Amino acid sequence: MARNAKPISRIAGIAAATFVVVAVLLAFVGIGLRVNTVSGLGPAEWQAIQFTIAQSTLSALLSCVLAVPVARALARRKFWGRTFLITLLGAPFILPVIVAMLGLLAIFGRSGVLNDMLEMIGIAKVSIYGLQGVVLAHVFFNLPLAIRLLVQGWQGVPAERFRLSAQLGMGPRMVFRLIELPLLMRILPGAFALIFVICLTSFAVALTLGGGPRATTIELAIYQAFRFDFNLGRAALLSLVQLFVAGGAAVLAFWLVPAVTFGGGMDRMQKRWDAQGNGTRALDGVCIAFAASFLILPLLAILTSGLRGLVEVPLIVWTSAWTSLWVALVSVLVLLVVALPMAGWIATSRRASVEAIGLLGLSVSPLMIGTGWFILIHPYASPTDWALVVTISVNAMMALPFALRILVPSIRQTAQTYDRLSGALGISGIAFWRCVLLPRSRPQIGFAAGLTAALSVGDLGVIALFGDPDRSTLPLQMHRLMGSYRTDAAAGAALILLALAFGLFGIMDYWGRRNAIA
Amino acid sequence: MLSLNKIEITQGSFNLGAHFDVATGQKVAVIGPSGAGKSTLVGAICGFIDLRAGQLILAGRDITNVQPDGRDMAMLFQDNNLFPHLTIAQNVGLGIRPAMRLTSDEAAQVHKALQRVGLTNFGSRKPSELSGGQQSRAALARALVQSKSWMILDEPFAALGPALRAEMLDLVAEVAAETKAGVMMVTHAPEDAQRISDSVIFVADGVAHGPQATAGLLDNPPPALKAYLG
Repeated sequence: MARNAKPISRIAGIAAATFVVVAVLLAFVGIGLRVNTVSGLGPAEWQAIQFTIAQSTLSALLSCVLAVPVARALARRKFWGRTFLITLLGAPFILPVIVAMLGLLAIFGRSGVLNDMLEMIGIAKVSIYGLQGVVLAHVFFNLPLAIRLLVQGWQGVPAERFRLSAQLGMGPRMVFRLIELPLLMRILPGAFALIFVICLTSFAVALTLGGGPRATTIELAIYQAFRFDFNLGRAALLSLVQLFVAGGAAVLAFWLVPAVTFGGGMDRMQKRWDAQGNGTRALDGVCIAFAASFLILPLLAILTSGLRGLVEVPLIVWTSAWTSLWVALVSVLVLLVVALPMAGWIATSRRASVEAIGLLGLSVSPLMIGTGWFILIHPYASPTDWALVVTISVNAMMALPFALRILVPSIRQTAQTYDRLSGALGISGIAFWRCVLLPRSRPQIGFAAGLTAALSVGDLGVIALFGDPDRSTLPLQMHRLMGSYRTDAAAGAALILLALAFGLFGIMDYWGRRNAIA
Repeated sequence: MLSLNKIEITQGSFNLGAHFDVATGQKVAVIGPSGAGKSTLVGAICGFIDLRAGQLILAGRDITNVQPDGRDMAMLFQDNNLFPHLTIAQNVGLGIRPAMRLTSDEAAQVHKALQRVGLTNFGSRKPSELSGGQQSRAALARALVQSKSWMILDEPFAALGPALRAEMLDLVAEVAAETKAGVMMVTHAPEDAQRISDSVIFVADGVAHGPQATAGLLDNPPPALKAYLG
């Protein structure tokens, strides 16, 4: 085949990438127009920066440290419910943050299960608000991610290696030094970097459990500058700060972040001959029980209180649920239109720099983009009229890095495998997409779409900046109910939101995997 | 003597049964169609796969439930026989003692074993710097220092070319002779069996048939074996 006759045209990919870059640049223009550099960074801003970095470091550190014993236990023990637990580890990724907050409050909150128990044995109550609460919530979301990354690592160890160590009579300590330690050294830096970056732009967690001068993230400070003071200059300045902190960290982390595979096969397990002693068995049992209850108890609390609260749910919750649903579906559409051509371009390009464009979404934060666009729209139109358009675009952009990570490997492999055959048959362009790429990558497309839908339906970000009571999504509505102490109604709304997120993900993922050719 | 006393292995819907003895110091080839259970058989003998029924007796000792390292067997797998992040000498040293530090006597033993398999100056290299044949030699050096009464080989040379494979088989025979070990070797190639083995275990249709003299069996194969040999 001639060198230039690639089956995938680059034009569509370049166009989609340009669209993303322009959208981000526009936000920068908006921020640049209003940024107030005269006053410089005041003590409040410095405190927000410090808190943001401190909570991210702690969250990433705790998630990684706790993940090691749990992942090791999961990798080497067979027990009833193992497959279920491993599936459940994927849940926090698609669980709407605001819903999880409600579950965590039910367990760790002021009148939660934990404090009730502490009170019974006469110990002072612990508060979930402030640094410890923010870190707790971040660990809830990211511990499962770290565990999954590590379990994958353990499963990547060739079976012969454990056989060999059994053959040579190595005990748990030698197996740790020879097999497990190198594995941890390889995976943990990336896992730490990924979690650190995710936590830097955390908004909904800080909104619920943080606040006040001592526990405000940069992202939350942007929101407060907007909502409470309507100080666009300060919001723009904070956005700039966020760009340097989160963007800088994301660029650094890009080189460390491991390839995240979300697919199945995690329930396979390898037979092990070391660590048969009662001590290690008990230790593993404790680790598994700890992780399982940390995950399951808040989810159970959401279910039980949600079922009770369902009757209390006001009509507006249902209308905003409908809004959330179609916003999510349009987001998925936008994502696919952008992500598929880009993935095709990245997959067939030899330059690694192209892949970096896809990560732009990780380095910019939703509220930063929102601030920039708000400043641009504000003089010409009412930003609330644009609330849903902005939400849809930002949701799609935020999901883009994940979608590309999922799509590119599969499209790259398909393109490489069928490049010559398709060339010989004259299949190229649209036909190549329709006949080869799309059907072969269907599971990945379904998965990416499901993920985007779940992230989008549960997102509480820019909508908090732009939204008004007429144009609010379900997460925002839920946040308002929580703010006005209508706990039962909020719990009912949480259950609806949970059903929407898991339902959308489930349907799209099922569509992808149905009839998939192995 | 190694006795397989009415052993049965079940993996999902796959079943394999065996009931025979192999004399000490014998060199036995295990042949049969792919998927027949050759690797499963040797995996079970080495303790990597549990038996559903039956006993394994080695030199009068019941080893059915003994951990792999307590069975007096050294196994070579199809691949991943070496830890990629350890040097060749460290990899061989693990055969003496599963620890990283060796006494000077033990280090000398490792050096001798490497010398024996023709890797004198390779001790400080990593496996990735060695060719496939050299990696096999390193694994054999480890089997040499392990000095077990059986060497079990699960097609470790399948990826090597014919000449190199023949060379490695000769080396296996030499190592086995020096450690007075028996050899049980899974192979696809009847010529491998002819080159090294005294007898052949034929695995097909869920049964591992007891060892029969190689020459006689291959010259005058029963119908199932004939179908496999083509």
